[in-house]
Amino acid sequence: MDLTLFVWKQSGPEAPGRLEEYRAKDITQDMSFLEMLDMVNEGLIREGRDPIAFDHDCREGICGMCSQVVNGVPHGPLEKTTICQLHMRHFRDGDTLYIEPFRARAFPVIRDLIVDRSGLERIIRSGGYISVHTGGVPDANVILIPKADADIAMDAAECIGCGACVAACPNGSAMLFTAAKVAHLALLPQGRAEGARRVCLMTEEMMKEGFGSCGNHYECQSVCPKGIKVKFIAKLNREFIKAKVKGG
Amino acid sequence: MNTAVGRKIVMSVTGVSMIAFVTVHLLGNSTLYAGPEGINAYAAALHRFGVVIWAFRLTLFAMFSLHVIYGVQLYLDNRVAKPNGYAVAKNIASTFAGRNMIWTGLLIAGFVFYHLLQFTFQTVGPGPAAAAHPDSAGRPDVFTMVVQGLGSYAVSGLYCIGLAAVGLHLGHSIQSAVQTLGLNSERSLPLVIRGGTLAALLIFLGFISIPLAILAGVVK
Ligand code: FES
Repeated sequence: MDLTLFVWKQSGPEAPGRLEEYRAKDITQDMSFLEMLDMVNEGLIREGRDPIAFDHDCREGICGMCSQVVNGVPHGPLEKTTICQLHMRHFRDGDTLYIEPFRARAFPVIRDLIVDRSGLERIIRSGGYISVHTGGVPDANVILIPKADADIAMDAAECIGCGACVAACPNGSAMLFTAAKVAHLALLPQGRAEGARRVCLMTEEMMKEGFGSCGNHYECQSVCPKGIKVKFIAKLNREFIKAKVKGG
Repeated sequence: MNTAVGRKIVMSVTGVSMIAFVTVHLLGNSTLYAGPEGINAYAAALHRFGVVIWAFRLTLFAMFSLHVIYGVQLYLDNRVAKPNGYAVAKNIASTFAGRNMIWTGLLIAGFVFYHLLQFTFQTVGPGPAAAAHPDSAGRPDVFTMVVQGLGSYAVSGLYCIGLAAVGLHLGHSIQSAVQTLGLNSERSLPLVIRGGTLAALLIFLGFISIPLAILAGVVK
């Protein structure tokens, strides 16, 4: 099949960007979206033109590196699917696709579709860890964790930190990301100890990084490739209120 | 309180207090349907609280001011945090009401200002100021002031716009407050969203019934 692409081209962080038109020819259904872009890029390189720069790494939906907005939706039209795992069979011959980078002030464009998402890493660095001394490798099941709690913590831990929530949020907020990390650690006994300090530090860092505030629009939940739920944002809010009431 | 989550909590707490007030206000308004006997007696009874009423008004004013200050600040900061939209805009979960909170909010602020001048300070007409025109029992004639005040199409039109803004604002804010105060679970969220929208609709219909009833001549 043949597609028309309008792709965001921007040569550097300070340069002005614009949408440029490309043709994607002879695309087969079983190509992934990124393979389709690879094809386009090979053609561009053959013609001596500048290829489209985009982020990717594992291409199996686990690293969180790929980051594109297709027709206004981060990671494209398929629910709970990263753009690297999206296949061309979900598109039709003759489709026109607008491909843009994740947009937020906290995600400055580096080049074309590549944005700098290190703000998310700095949120993790501010408190998304456990610093209590844990000693040697413990025996299994020394710390008993109810199955239900472990399951919810694992749901939160599914977050791959891709930043689609920020890209979808009308306020450029990183609440879903931060909430997933806060909830994941707060639900487990090892992380519980530093829960209050963590939620304050991480939300503070979130604001410092220039992410917006959550407006409870829930766009984030509908684009999250890992299906992280906004119930974790409610959990973060609870943790925050508890921390402040106890005097954090 | 000026943290990412703290500001939202201020918005929720002040917002919830105002929703509580609006609900009581609506119940009070319904005494209009009982004619002059109803609302004039209700108003006179309220005024017997004297200084308590003023303490209440000042608290409400403080809530209102905090809500406006933090709301405008959040709007401005959020706009900076998301400077550019997408060439193809797509909203999946957000609503018209949710995305326009700042505008419905500002409309409400303007509407409340006018509403207070008209019925609390009674400095703008139409309709005779109740304080200066007692009814036959010697109470301020709130009934005549309201019925004549809202009897004009222009004034009622303004009320329709103001109340539509209130309805839209509440349509997003009730569920938003529940979420910000951390009271949601995965199961409660869709119920809270639907319940909040329904409550907003009921409040809107309750308020708007008054100018409509007056224009239709049901209350006179
Ligand atoms: S490239 Fe690793 S998740 Fe898409």
